[in-house]
Amino acid sequence: MDDRVILRVGTKTMIPFILLFALYVQFHGDFGPGGGFQAGVIAAAAVVLYALVFGLGHAIKVVPPKVAYVCGALGVMIYVGTGYVALLLGGKFLDYNVLAHNPVHGQEYGILSVEMGVLITVFGVMVGLFYAFAARRRIDT
Amino acid sequence: MNVGISMAEVVDVVLLVLLAATGIAIIRLRNLFAAVMLAGIYSLVSAGLFTVMDAVDVAFTEAAVGAGISTVLVLGTLALVGYKEAEPKHKPILPLFVVLVTGGILVYGTSQLPPFGDPDNPAHHHVAPYYLENALEQTEIPNVVTPVLASYRGYDTMGETTVVFTALVGVLLLLARGPLPRRVFHEGSWITVRPGETREELEAKLKEGKGGPAAEEDSDG
Repeated sequence: MDDRVILRVGTKTMIPFILLFALYVQFHGDFGPGGGFQAGVIAAAAVVLYALVFGLGHAIKVVPPKVAYVCGALGVMIYVGTGYVALLLGGKFLDYNVLAHNPVHGQEYGILSVEMGVLITVFGVMVGLFYAFAARRRIDT
Repeated sequence: MNVGISMAEVVDVVLLVLLAATGIAIIRLRNLFAAVMLAGIYSLVSAGLFTVMDAVDVAFTEAAVGAGISTVLVLGTLALVGYKEAEPKHKPILPLFVVLVTGGILVYGTSQLPPFGDPDNPAHHHVAPYYLENALEQTEIPNVVTPVLASYRGYDTMGETTVVFTALVGVLLLLARGPLPRRVFHEGSWITVRPGETREELEAKLKEGKGGPAAEEDSDG
């Protein structure tokens, strides 16, 4: 384990950039390819890489499974919650026009919020799925 | 290079040949580890094809999910089930026949598809013109894919997000290690029942700590 210096140091250097790239993909999705789904997968890939190199035990300390599960549900809540906020403000469900003083800004806020929900759900689900597979012991005959 | 063959066509042919070669290699390999790695390469080449077809968002997703996360998940599965595929006991004649017939029908079906990128295609005449004409004005977001996914098609994306979440719930139900501790209402108070705890153990615990089922620590990762 401790011999693989290049792998460990290389991974440590790369993970902040992977997370930064995930945020870039998230918030640059308005201008180029990308969005919540891709950003969530990339952020989860950072956690998976960490787990692969440093072991599952360390990864679980960074992102506990419970956090991953809660993220999975929280994102859906944010998404649906955006819809309900629009409903309470007098619009239709998921009608972002009423979220701000003018429809264009409302659309921007709505899309931002909804994409954030997608990011959180996808991140939580991907990390949770990885934990579910990786934490299984091999059934030896 | 011959006249009449553009650079884009060369790229198309190279990518499709690579795709076919990877597919055949995956079928022939008995080492599942190598097959999984090739499946990742297959996804990456597909992402290249999507990019050539100007579907950058799809290519992005394919590269991140197909070549990245799903490869890792399948490797995690291989760690549980082993890396060698057993030799098939049956002759490959019947499966080959079924695959050839299905593939033949699919190829025949593509001959009826509208031509790629033709502006007269039915897909470009339903709601797409409305999105393209109004998205920038209504949302001021230059990448039209984002408002279509998150706003015009907000219900669809909400459903997709829920599907992703449901996938996690399903996998956890199947794979998570044992049931979580349960809270049971018993004789006027809530008690925690840990997985694998027998009735006798539970009764003994209740008897000794009559006052404190609530004081019992609850944090069990």
